[in-house]
Amino acid sequence: MEKNITLSVKNLRKVIGRKEIIKGLTFDLREGEVFGFLGPNGAGKTTTIRMLVGLIKPTSGSIHICGYNLEENFQAALKNLGCIVENPELYPFLSGYHNLLHFARMLDGVGDERIKEVTELVGLTERIHDKVKTYSLGMRQRLGIAQALLGNPKVLILDEPTNGLDPAGIREMREFIRFLAEHEGLSVLVSSHLLSEIQLLCDRVAIIAKGTIIRTDTVLRLLSNREKMVWRLEPYETGKQILQALTKIEEKDDGTIWTEYNKEKIPEWNKQLVDSGVSVLEMNRKMPVLEDLFLELTGGETIE
Amino acid sequence: MNKLIQNEMMKLVAKKRLLVIALIIGVLVILFTYAQYKQVQTQREKLGTSDWRTILQQQIVDTTNRLSSSRISDEWKKQLQISLQQQQYYLDHDINPAEPGAPTFMRIFLENSIDLFIPLMVMVIASDLVSSEHSLGTVKLLLTRPVKRWKVLLSKYITLCLAVSLIIAIAGFLSYAISGVVFGYKGWGAPILTGFNVTDEGLNTSQVKLLSLWKFLLMDFGLVWFVAIVVGTLSFMLSVLIRSTAAGMGVMLAALISGAILNNMISSWESAKYFFMVNLRLTDYMKGTAPPIEGMTLAFSMLVLLVWWLAALCVSFIVFTKKDVY
Repeated sequence: MEKNITLSVKNLRKVIGRKEIIKGLTFDLREGEVFGFLGPNGAGKTTTIRMLVGLIKPTSGSIHICGYNLEENFQAALKNLGCIVENPELYPFLSGYHNLLHFARMLDGVGDERIKEVTELVGLTERIHDKVKTYSLGMRQRLGIAQALLGNPKVLILDEPTNGLDPAGIREMREFIRFLAEHEGLSVLVSSHLLSEIQLLCDRVAIIAKGTIIRTDTVLRLLSNREKMVWRLEPYETGKQILQALTKIEEKDDGTIWTEYNKEKIPEWNKQLVDSGVSVLEMNRKMPVLEDLFLELTGGETIE
Repeated sequence: MNKLIQNEMMKLVAKKRLLVIALIIGVLVILFTYAQYKQVQTQREKLGTSDWRTILQQQIVDTTNRLSSSRISDEWKKQLQISLQQQQYYLDHDINPAEPGAPTFMRIFLENSIDLFIPLMVMVIASDLVSSEHSLGTVKLLLTRPVKRWKVLLSKYITLCLAVSLIIAIAGFLSYAISGVVFGYKGWGAPILTGFNVTDEGLNTSQVKLLSLWKFLLMDFGLVWFVAIVVGTLSFMLSVLIRSTAAGMGVMLAALISGAILNNMISSWESAKYFFMVNLRLTDYMKGTAPPIEGMTLAFSMLVLLVWWLAALCVSFIVFTKKDVY
């Protein structure tokens, strides 16, 4: 059975001046999933997100959040939405608590109780009464999430949530987002220009370039047949000939040979190599990089 | 709505702007008090008496002497004539135009700060009320709440009005409290004349009324408040239109200063009277000095300001609710 759709975008377009920035996006978010919005810088991710949260008016198309049309029923729609657009910019001259109080006052029925709850959830209880200007970037990010969660939203929109975080912070953030989706049933929309990040975090991905969605699919399906196998063989020539007879190969400058990654056939190829007296020094599964994926999907068109 | 205003107040207090303004006013009042005190002393030494009648008499003689000089311009001459007639009127009716005491100081302070100083202080608060949200980036959080945009802006505007009222209350309180130390706290009931009419023929005294100083002051405060609200609303509009606080402040400052300069040189450029900045000296109508352009009256100036106020308010709300936020 299909899970409930929480955010539905239909034929979204934005024209600024004479330039069409967003050229008709259509996608849905379902309950409990993390949806990735993947694209290079300047592809229109942020513009799209700003339209989703009501900061920019779409030229045409519709956005429904939990069934409410964003334009016609702004308040009801935004009640179900929490977001961080770009960096979590909070008031530096207020304490973390006052920042949360500030945004809680803008929501109906959110009181001290809930502020305490979200503070604990993001682990800021100890520092919550300090001024935000004394916070580290990671803490600000967490306070930003706390702020987004205040109103118990059904949909969470995070624009580049790991931007500027250190590896530990990125990992923590990733776990936290997964937790929210799996245990709290939130739909989370995450944008990023890093494929590796989307890969680890998301269930489904929309790949966007130049204002259009090139492809929407599950991460698994999108990447599975694009993985490569990297071989380092000794002696090189013999190994190359054997592999060449079995499959298509690519020779790389660093002395490795790349073939497709095929779960069923790899052990067999390996056996053949070993049986022929070739030492396999390295066997490595390689994830495609965003650029390669783009090249493939757009058919050679370069990213700007 | 109350909660939104609470939010804005919380931010305003946290920024400590009001404290800075109170401090500035305090320092200036101390300076002016000292200057005033010095002036009184010099006068006393020069004339050898502290009797106000003698001083006023001396002033009248001074003015007459200046009038007889051929080098002064026609406008200036007219101004002098009007003030001469006023001084004579005060003397004839045995009323001291500058009864010593804190209330008189307050009146003089208000009259002199209405067109530049108070608007400047108001500007400090108004000009970054909206633009600071842009420069901090917090506008993105503010406008993605389930609250209509016009409500967000209205809460800011109401906060501005409260802050303006507070600034004027602070100015009133400080000027009274500080100057009173030197001049004494009495003098609320001192008589003062208002209703001088400046016409083509000169000063018309037919409608002159005698008022207690406290009543006069109350009217002065009302006018100052009105001017402050108008100037505040205009800076508020600039704050909505221009994202940079500094640029918005610059534009407003230029307008205010140009108003002060224009006041002295536009008597023959008649359509200039529709600028808001030449209409700020409302208290002058109470005192009865010649307006910068002939035919300007209190009602006219207030109407001009009202139109500017309304236009600024409409522009602010339309732009703020419609514009895309990047």
